Amino acid sequence: MPPLAQRNLFHDKVRLTVTLTGIVFSVVLIVVQLGLFLGFTTATSNLIDHSNADLWVTSKNVPYVEQGVAFSERKLNQVRAVPGVEDAQKIIARWTQWKRHDGGQDSVQIVGINVDDPLERPWNLVEGRVEDLKFPDAVILDELYKQKLGVTGVGELFEIGGHRARVVGFTRGIRSFTTSPYVFTTFKNAQDYTGLREDQTMFILVRVAKGADVQQVRRDLLDRVKDVDVVTTAQFSRMTTFYWMFTTGAGVAVLIAAVLGLVVGFVVVAQTIYATTMDHIREFGTLKAMGAPNSYVYKVIMKQAAISAVIGYALGMVVSVFVVQGSQKGGAAILMPMPMAIGMFFLTLTMCVGAALVSINKVTHIDPAMVFKG
Amino acid sequence: MQSAIAVRQLTKHYEEGATETLALRGVDLDVHAGELLMLMGPSGSGKTTLLSIMGCILTASSGSVRVAGREVVGLSEKQLPALRLEHIGFVFQGFNLFPTLTAGENVELMLDLKGVSAAKAKKRAQELLEQVGLGEKCDSFPADLSGGQKQRVAIARALAGDPGIILADEPTAALDSHTGRNVMKMMADLARKRNRAVVIVTHDSRVVNFADRIVRIEDGAIASAVETDLAPSALLMPSLPQAAASLA
Repeated sequence: MPPLAQRNLFHDKVRLTVTLTGIVFSVVLIVVQLGLFLGFTTATSNLIDHSNADLWVTSKNVPYVEQGVAFSERKLNQVRAVPGVEDAQKIIARWTQWKRHDGGQDSVQIVGINVDDPLERPWNLVEGRVEDLKFPDAVILDELYKQKLGVTGVGELFEIGGHRARVVGFTRGIRSFTTSPYVFTTFKNAQDYTGLREDQTMFILVRVAKGADVQQVRRDLLDRVKDVDVVTTAQFSRMTTFYWMFTTGAGVAVLIAAVLGLVVGFVVVAQTIYATTMDHIREFGTLKAMGAPNSYVYKVIMKQAAISAVIGYALGMVVSVFVVQGSQKGGAAILMPMPMAIGMFFLTLTMCVGAALVSINKVTHIDPAMVFKG
Repeated sequence: MQSAIAVRQLTKHYEEGATETLALRGVDLDVHAGELLMLMGPSGSGKTTLLSIMGCILTASSGSVRVAGREVVGLSEKQLPALRLEHIGFVFQGFNLFPTLTAGENVELMLDLKGVSAAKAKKRAQELLEQVGLGEKCDSFPADLSGGQKQRVAIARALAGDPGIILADEPTAALDSHTGRNVMKMMADLARKRNRAVVIVTHDSRVVNFADRIVRIEDGAIASAVETDLAPSALLMPSLPQAAASLA
């Protein structure tokens, strides 16, 4: 086929620029919004997803991890006694106040762990070691929140919940969905920082023995340990994510913005391809007069749409990569995994081809007799 | 001898709102291979409507139209393009070339519609342009060609499908006298030397000498049909390439 589609597309550079700008805008907006959605969902359940536990034991009716209610830490022994439980550890995840050197205070989420047990540990350390948490009053936080908490380096002393805290290390990439950063410390320190009694815990993490059925162990725990709920890690992760993303409406807002991006892209592409089609309507009439079937004309228009999609997608992804990279140092990470990038190509193609249908409808009804009008 | 186009009692109504216009009234006409027939008449007389119906672009309201022996009245919209592609080549007043394609690509487009491979189409397009004296203009865009050259590209494109019938709507209207005469020489050559049925709608009295038959249409009906004796003149006509060379 002679390059009619390509030539028509590149002939009017201003219109092509408008078309591509619309597609790039749409691609970037959708990537950013979906990427934010993914980043948010990851952040909401970070703590849960990075645990090495199979089951979480919580107080009754705890809907998400930030809503934990303290219960007796004596239940730990009951949990350990259930067949199929290989390991169980208490952990605390609770909000408290961090006092900066300037006197200001910020809300933080203390995560109190057993440093010697792998069930829950800080990850991606870039400075210090997890074992340094064994030092007195030791805490580890994410480098992302240094400025917010007034921290400049390892060794600095701060006050948390009226108790002394010494920074012994930094992680990278442990984001909290709320504005309160995670601060890792020992279980004992966490009790002090959050005002819990010595006989209290917030959660018990459970690793099931190899070969044991997780659901069976879960049922057994529910039978034998009173006044608790037991959920799998995956389930608790979903519950927490669902609460933050949908019950609060945050996720819905982001998804709506992504849909708006799609609509904007569709409208811009439809309008410019339609304008291009109208500019060349006489040529399409000539094609039909020459004996071209409608399908031949459709192919020309679809090809224009597809070429626009490919170029617009490529440019949009270049911009998106820069935006995603730039967001990594910010409070809200934008994620763009490969499946999403590939999916975006097909979405862009569908958007552009769908937008071309408006033009297809127009050329279908061209009267070829128009070619005789001078 | 079977007519290339046979029209019998052709009628065409147009409805515009509440008004009904009778564009053609009971037209009978035969067009034969090897003849150049001119349709003449005042504006609005129905010449272009008749040409459009013979070209299977418009449908008749009633009557019969046979193209290459096949009845076209009653054919669906989907069947008509294939018929045009097979049997009819068009030459338009405004040339109707694709401005973003070169002269060669404009001709290749017709060949692509016929299913000819890209390599063969390129070669054939070059041959056709050489026949109309534009072999060296194969890579030129229409914007870089004169009016006469554009019309010759259009003729080459019309011939690309190897149709038995050439229909031309005011092919010389946008051209000066000299260029117009030479385009008409080409059209006459198509009829007599290549045995095509050529129908030309024209107002241009400068070119009537080229016609084998002149049919005058007034108010949607044939007012007169005059055969001209051009056989001796035809033998003195230059061939298509010679006509093209004179335009160079």
